Amino acid sequence: MNKPFRLVAGLSVLMIVAAACGSESEPAGDGDTGTGSAGPPVVSEIGEGEGALNLIAWPGYTEKSWVKPFEEDTGCKVEVKYGNTSDDMVNLIRNNPGQYDGVSASGDATNRLVASGDISAIDPALFPDLADVTPSLNPESGDNTAHYVVDDAVYGVPYMYGPNFLMFNTDVVTDPPTSWDVVFESQIDGAANPYAGQVTAYDSPIYIADAALYLMTHQPDLGITDPYELTPEQLDASVELLKQQSDMITKYWAIYTDEIDGFDSGDMVVGTAWPVNQQYVAKAPVESVIPSEGVTGWADTWMMTSDAPNPNCMLQWMQYTLGAGVQTEVALYYGATPSNASACADLDAELGDSAAIFHCGDDEFLSTIALWKTPLSECGDDRGAVCTDYNAWTEKWLEIRS
Amino acid sequence: MATTASASEGVLRRLSAALFRHRGVRLWLTLSPPLAWMLLVYLVSLVLMLATSFWRLDALTSTIDRTWGFQNYETIVGSSTYLKLTLRTLGMALAVTVTDLLLAFPIAFMISRVASPRTKGLLSLLVVIPLWANYLIRVFAWRTLLAGGGPVDSLFAAIGLDSVRLAASGWAVWITFCYLWLPFAILPIAAALERVPSSYLEASADLGAHAGMTFRKVIVPLAVPGVVAGSIFTFSLTLGDYLTPTLVGKDLFLGNAISSLLGTANNEPLAAAIAVIPILIVVVYLTLAKRSGAFEAL
Repeated sequence: MNKPFRLVAGLSVLMIVAAACGSESEPAGDGDTGTGSAGPPVVSEIGEGEGALNLIAWPGYTEKSWVKPFEEDTGCKVEVKYGNTSDDMVNLIRNNPGQYDGVSASGDATNRLVASGDISAIDPALFPDLADVTPSLNPESGDNTAHYVVDDAVYGVPYMYGPNFLMFNTDVVTDPPTSWDVVFESQIDGAANPYAGQVTAYDSPIYIADAALYLMTHQPDLGITDPYELTPEQLDASVELLKQQSDMITKYWAIYTDEIDGFDSGDMVVGTAWPVNQQYVAKAPVESVIPSEGVTGWADTWMMTSDAPNPNCMLQWMQYTLGAGVQTEVALYYGATPSNASACADLDAELGDSAAIFHCGDDEFLSTIALWKTPLSECGDDRGAVCTDYNAWTEKWLEIRS
Repeated sequence: MATTASASEGVLRRLSAALFRHRGVRLWLTLSPPLAWMLLVYLVSLVLMLATSFWRLDALTSTIDRTWGFQNYETIVGSSTYLKLTLRTLGMALAVTVTDLLLAFPIAFMISRVASPRTKGLLSLLVVIPLWANYLIRVFAWRTLLAGGGPVDSLFAAIGLDSVRLAASGWAVWITFCYLWLPFAILPIAAALERVPSSYLEASADLGAHAGMTFRKVIVPLAVPGVVAGSIFTFSLTLGDYLTPTLVGKDLFLGNAISSLLGTANNEPLAAAIAVIPILIVVVYLTLAKRSGAFEAL
């Protein structure tokens, strides 16, 4: 009996060595797309639909009431895979080449995808509705478009945007806060933070930007100019603040329903939130404010993958979702702000006074939001490549959470 | 027609005769499919993971650079982050194992040596029933039970323990893990106790040992293999689980670090290097279990 088993052991060692060597000499598949060759050719006309469309979307972005009319009009059968986080979305696209046509990507995912060649640029001439996009998000003239306009190439069409505002339970937090200090500082005006142990925060490396934004006001000598462009010292200062915050956190939320559950049960009373979270808290009275330090936020863009199997359906989908009618509908359902400013009149008519929280078409408000973008080692200004990239942020985030 | 039929019959007969004569060939034919499975699916993927842990992430393109080096292990050793995560995970795995063994032994003893045959069936059923429900449903059940304003919270408030908050705490994770893996501790211990021959107990009594002594000197030593088997289950299951801490707890465990390095940063090499930590821990654990002689009795 012993001899065959020794044979097996020997064979397995051989196979292991073979496998290890084989994989070492194998060309790096991902590397081919990442070396920044000229972008894929831009399509300048939309042909016949392929009959199918595979999307990756945030939950709530592809509901039946506006997907069905699109399917009937174009014959493109829509399949949706939900991404719960930006990182989910990036991985879905990277690990399934040639499977998905498009993605509703937020700014912390877009630059990574564009840089690695996963996204196809578009021809703005195909989308006449782009002219109605609110000025600061407009690819022509906007100053808040770094998340989807790269080197003058336009990578997709804007969908919804919104702030990461400060939400609180009005039963517990009776004075509406005016500063993010209620979630960051253990001492406020010489007294212990009354909400310690009931604070929540977003469980993602990108949340480091919220701390950096707070430090821009409270520690100006750090010289932070952009919360997504942090030198190692600036990153460390933000991490220190977040470690202090960590002791006051009851639970971080990664998926939006985690925060809704936490506010409903009363375990969470104050913390950063999306409009959709506020909309769905049912068992606790909640309000939200834009604190004096300003807010981070997100602007989502429908982007076409560079190896989309159904490009015509995808381009038709992008045309459709940029329309004012669809954007009004999504805004009402999801609680986000339409990028197409011609949707604002409908939204105001539909909601009356409560339309104010959307700040629809309020370009001044939009320009104060520090929109999510992927941190890169290239700072994006004359400092050069001295900034910390998303990988460094992830390791720091683990350090905060450990 | 008849000739082809008899010809193929002849081939089959010769084949079976050849197999009958060559015992080795027969053995290899039987063993090779499962062996190929083991090698390809199990060992090779493990080795690929080990190899990945020596590569690095190219920061600029966030793709994998296949140059060998120890940089990931240096990162792990050089930062207190991973030490803290390792100690927390190890501590939780040990706490859950000890708790589950303490809870499991009396239940297993009841099932295998005390209960009447009918109660025995009922008890075994009760132990196994939770396994029929989806893992996530059981975790979410505990999340709801322990949430603020939930049943446990109200119970604590009623007995004057208002300040105790279990939601999103290490205690919540501990309770949920203990609940999840308890059946895996009970079943092997019950099986081991079942195998203790009644004649040993009678002999012990004949020789003048009272019940307590029989329990300590005869039953417990014979149950050790079952206890060790159960502890291997509870220990390694806790070590590898990363959903329970995210759903009912606040703090991260080793599995969460691996998942966020893979899912968030796409840093496969560092994630692979961290995955080596629980592998080493389990190897040490199994070595200790082997040294205690538990496997020989199995």
